[in-house]
Amino acid sequence: MSTELERILDDAQAAVSAAEDERALDAVRVHYLGKKGQLTALLKNLGKLSPEERPQAGAAINAAKEHVQGWLASRKTALAAGQLEAALSADRVDVTLPGRRQTVGGLYPVTSVLLRIEAIFAGAGYDVVTGPEIEDDYHNFEALNIPAHHPARAMHDTFYFGDGTLLRTHTSPSQVHVMEQQAPPIRVICPGRVYRRDSDLTHSPMFQQVEGLVVDKGVSFADLKGTVIEFLQTFFERDLEVRFRPSYFPFTEPSAEVDVQCVHCLGNGCRVCSQTGWLEVMGCGLVHPRVLEMSGIDSEGYSGFAFGMGGDRLAMLLYEVDDLRLFYENDLRFLRQFN
Amino acid sequence: MKFSETWLREWVDPPVHRDELLEQLTMAGLEVDGVVPVSGAFSGVVVARVASVESHPDADKLAVCQVEDGEGSVQVVCGAPNVRAGLVTAFARVGAMLPGDFKIKKAKLRGVESRGMLCSAAELGLGDDHDGILELGEGAAVGADLRETLKLDDVSVDVDLTPNRGDCLSLRGLAREVGVLNNSAVSYPEIAPVTAVVEDVFPVTLEAPEGCPRYLGRVIRGIDTNGDSPAWLKERLRRCGLRSIDPVVDVTNYVMLELGQPMHAFDLRQLQQGIVVRMATSGEKLTLLDGKEVALDEDTLLITDAGGPVAIAGVMGGERSGVQPDTVDVFLECAFFAPLAVSGTARRYGLHTDASHRYERGVDSALQHQAMERATRLLLDIVGGEAGPVTETVDPEKLPVRATVRLRENRLNQLVGAPMSTSDVDEALKRLDFRLLDRDVTERDGVCWTIEAPSHRFDIEREADLVEEVVRIYGYNRVPARRPVTDLALRAVPLGQSAEADLKHFLASQGLQEAVTYSFVDPKLQDLLDPGTRSVALANPMSSEQSVMRTNMLAGLVGALQLNMSRQQERVRLFEVGLCFQPAADTDSVGEAGDRSVVRQQPLLAIVLSGASVPEGWNQGRDDVDFFDIKGLMDQVFDWAGLVDVSYVSRRDDVMHPGQAATVLLAGRPVGRLGRLHPEVETRLDVPRPIYFLEVEAGAVLRRGTRKYQAFSRYPSVRRDLALVVDEQVTAAEIERVVRETLGSVLTDFRVFDVYHGKGIDSNEKSLAVGLTLQDPSATLNEDQIAGYTEDVLAALQRGVNARLR
Ligand SMILES: [Zn+2]
Repeated sequence: MSTELERILDDAQAAVSAAEDERALDAVRVHYLGKKGQLTALLKNLGKLSPEERPQAGAAINAAKEHVQGWLASRKTALAAGQLEAALSADRVDVTLPGRRQTVGGLYPVTSVLLRIEAIFAGAGYDVVTGPEIEDDYHNFEALNIPAHHPARAMHDTFYFGDGTLLRTHTSPSQVHVMEQQAPPIRVICPGRVYRRDSDLTHSPMFQQVEGLVVDKGVSFADLKGTVIEFLQTFFERDLEVRFRPSYFPFTEPSAEVDVQCVHCLGNGCRVCSQTGWLEVMGCGLVHPRVLEMSGIDSEGYSGFAFGMGGDRLAMLLYEVDDLRLFYENDLRFLRQFN
Repeated sequence: MKFSETWLREWVDPPVHRDELLEQLTMAGLEVDGVVPVSGAFSGVVVARVASVESHPDADKLAVCQVEDGEGSVQVVCGAPNVRAGLVTAFARVGAMLPGDFKIKKAKLRGVESRGMLCSAAELGLGDDHDGILELGEGAAVGADLRETLKLDDVSVDVDLTPNRGDCLSLRGLAREVGVLNNSAVSYPEIAPVTAVVEDVFPVTLEAPEGCPRYLGRVIRGIDTNGDSPAWLKERLRRCGLRSIDPVVDVTNYVMLELGQPMHAFDLRQLQQGIVVRMATSGEKLTLLDGKEVALDEDTLLITDAGGPVAIAGVMGGERSGVQPDTVDVFLECAFFAPLAVSGTARRYGLHTDASHRYERGVDSALQHQAMERATRLLLDIVGGEAGPVTETVDPEKLPVRATVRLRENRLNQLVGAPMSTSDVDEALKRLDFRLLDRDVTERDGVCWTIEAPSHRFDIEREADLVEEVVRIYGYNRVPARRPVTDLALRAVPLGQSAEADLKHFLASQGLQEAVTYSFVDPKLQDLLDPGTRSVALANPMSSEQSVMRTNMLAGLVGALQLNMSRQQERVRLFEVGLCFQPAADTDSVGEAGDRSVVRQQPLLAIVLSGASVPEGWNQGRDDVDFFDIKGLMDQVFDWAGLVDVSYVSRRDDVMHPGQAATVLLAGRPVGRLGRLHPEVETRLDVPRPIYFLEVEAGAVLRRGTRKYQAFSRYPSVRRDLALVVDEQVTAAEIERVVRETLGSVLTDFRVFDVYHGKGIDSNEKSLAVGLTLQDPSATLNEDQIAGYTEDVLAALQRGVNARLR
């Protein structure tokens, strides 16, 4: 009896392992555990045994049934898992093929630079102000202390329309509009297109400028220096040295040119800085009291500072562009590099 | 302004070497723009005297010279036309190195031995004169090194002077500035008056004293202008960037460089009766020294005589009265012309001269006597002659007034942002030659300095000017840096407005690349792309291709598209935001942003598309863009802005495809247009593929729709699809309008999901498949209700657009 049970168990284990799908597995179950199954038959034959033998033999057969049931269950799980795997592997894709998409565009590099500048100054409460590009002589020159015949007009090669209007040569007229319309304290950034009658390797007749203006009680040259130095170091993300050279703009006094340590060579001298170690990046100064007065601001009670820089120039320095003309071709191979 | 370092150091010689001196100038606001050695690099060249000259036996043009070089006599073969016995010249010995690493060796020229070379100026890099060998004059010591003799260890320095520093347009002014910077003494040359030996004077009348308040004249008789200027004079001029013209002009130029006072010499014989300085009358003409005739306008200050104009004051002399090789008597002019009388004149006539450059910026009004005496002395030394007395005609009332300016300590400290020591201020004012009139102390202002500016600082007018000067001398870089503190208000962030930057970022996310194109365009291209519209023309364009302001965005963007296509970029998607300019007469509103101009300056957004609709890929179509790509972008922008009251109507537009052009309406108002360029325009632009574009007022899409919460139904929605057949002319918008009007709020979504022409549909009809999503706010719709709505819609569509089910 026990030998027979062992044989049946061995056979059953082999049959479970051999079953390749659920159907075959079910046939195995019927063969051993079904109404006419081999283990069922053994149980039915228990009656033929002596009453002393019956309990032991019965327990052995029941244990054998549990074994077989366990094998069947684990085989069933294994078969199901294998089936899922087979089904999924048929859905396999080449993960290296490109995805389905529209292209991504981007902002013009100078726009990005101007927005960066605006964002830096927004942190200190500067508002962004824009203005018209066709201006009258008053706002572009007179109100900025550049009367007719002033030699400084020669520094601005101006495009005229012949009716007293002109293309603004700097964004400073926006500052005048602000001072005419708003009482101090004033903190503004004025970005935009400006125009000068000049075209060569390093000049474009249209370029972008950004100016800043602060008018308040007690504004000083030290404030101007602090603002300009902190801005340049923030913009270039480096603790670059900054120096101020006396200069002349009719609308500021004192006036200064600002040089920053060359961002390429860090002051050692290279092609970008013409071996000087310095880059001229902006002009600035305290607002000339006459400019404040002309816009109706009390120049005794208030003082101010202004600074201006070229968006194209800063973009060239930040992105290491070596040819200004690239900005005005709009070649996609150029534009896409800044996306 | 170009100057020679050596010459400057004759005036002031601070104990700083060259680099430091130039750095000082740059840091004082006199930006050094260029530094050029005054000669080429050479060595082994000495002063030598030609002892004898014999003709070469085998060459007509060569001479065999015996040259004394201080060590002995050397035989040299020379081809220079001016070689002659007794000439003191430059001699390169055997072994000398000339510019360009040219080594002098012993040589035979046509069989005659030559041990060295006599040199021209050009061969030594001393200018471009190669007509003959250098003529050094008898004074030069034979055998001395030429570099030392001519002080060639010198540089020509070019300083870029800002318009306020007219006082530095001379050696005298530069020396004064260097003296201030180094606190060094300046040795001004002794200029002694030249005593008159003849009595001749020439009368001068000032009829425009505002323009010319001081005019000095002097007659010099019996000069000889046939000679050359002496070598030292020519060399000084050369090192300051001026060419030698003739001895008289060279002397006036020299005095201008030295002292900053422009002068003019007239041929006295050509002047009639007397000088009258007056404004031009209309119709007058003058032939200038350079031979050009100019018609004079009434704003021009003139020097005239009885025969008419003889010079434009402070700008250029006339041909008739100019000094000629046969001139014997001259009349020297040394005047003060007011900056306003000269500035503008030079520009109006296109005559920028060294004189006008100085007068425009301001000439020291106290300088004329010194300059006259200096020029007289030099002329007598160089061209001989006998001087008459100096005549001065002056209107003292019209001379510039020296400004008296007050500087307050407390104001200074406030503007600087740091306390300045009063002794630093005292020191700066003293060094700058400001005459201290008063120094008092008040409780409110602290120390107050009242000063009078020297006559050469005509730019000093008010306190701010003194603040600048004091800080400049103190050093900008010594002023501390600090963060300005202010009383800040919170920023307004309008709900109804998007930032332009956000719009640009959104467009970039839609696959568009931002471009920036010129605001001025080619009128021919503009006329093609905006026919019949008047544009604003520049009076002085750079070129005809950039001569009119753009009236719309097409010219620039289409140009950028053409450029990219010509460079094998076949898929182009660009946008630009910028101002367009229309004469006010063509529009109904005038000017934006409160400007006074009569041109409407309106910001527009434009997009151009060409090439494939989506980037080519293994799983994406290769169709080119069509109308619905550009329209889809417009819809995306309005969706982004949250603007819903948007509609499109087809449009007639000269530059657009007649069947693929739409006007964009926002709340019923036209705000833009979109579609395809007219194929004929595309052909004329020579672009190989269709161009689709949109152009819309930037202000319209930067408006932000209001957002208010609206409760949404919690009950299920159902969708019913209808395949409709309608006449070809019926638009999707008409069908949508009928459906919306019929169903009202129960319709939560309407979409067209198929448009079909062809088999089974008449050729003058089309089939539209529409999907309606219905939902009730307070209940689940039952089948009867749904069927009811569907029937209502079909009935309304039948009535409204004669639609039937397919
Ligand atoms: Zn560098």
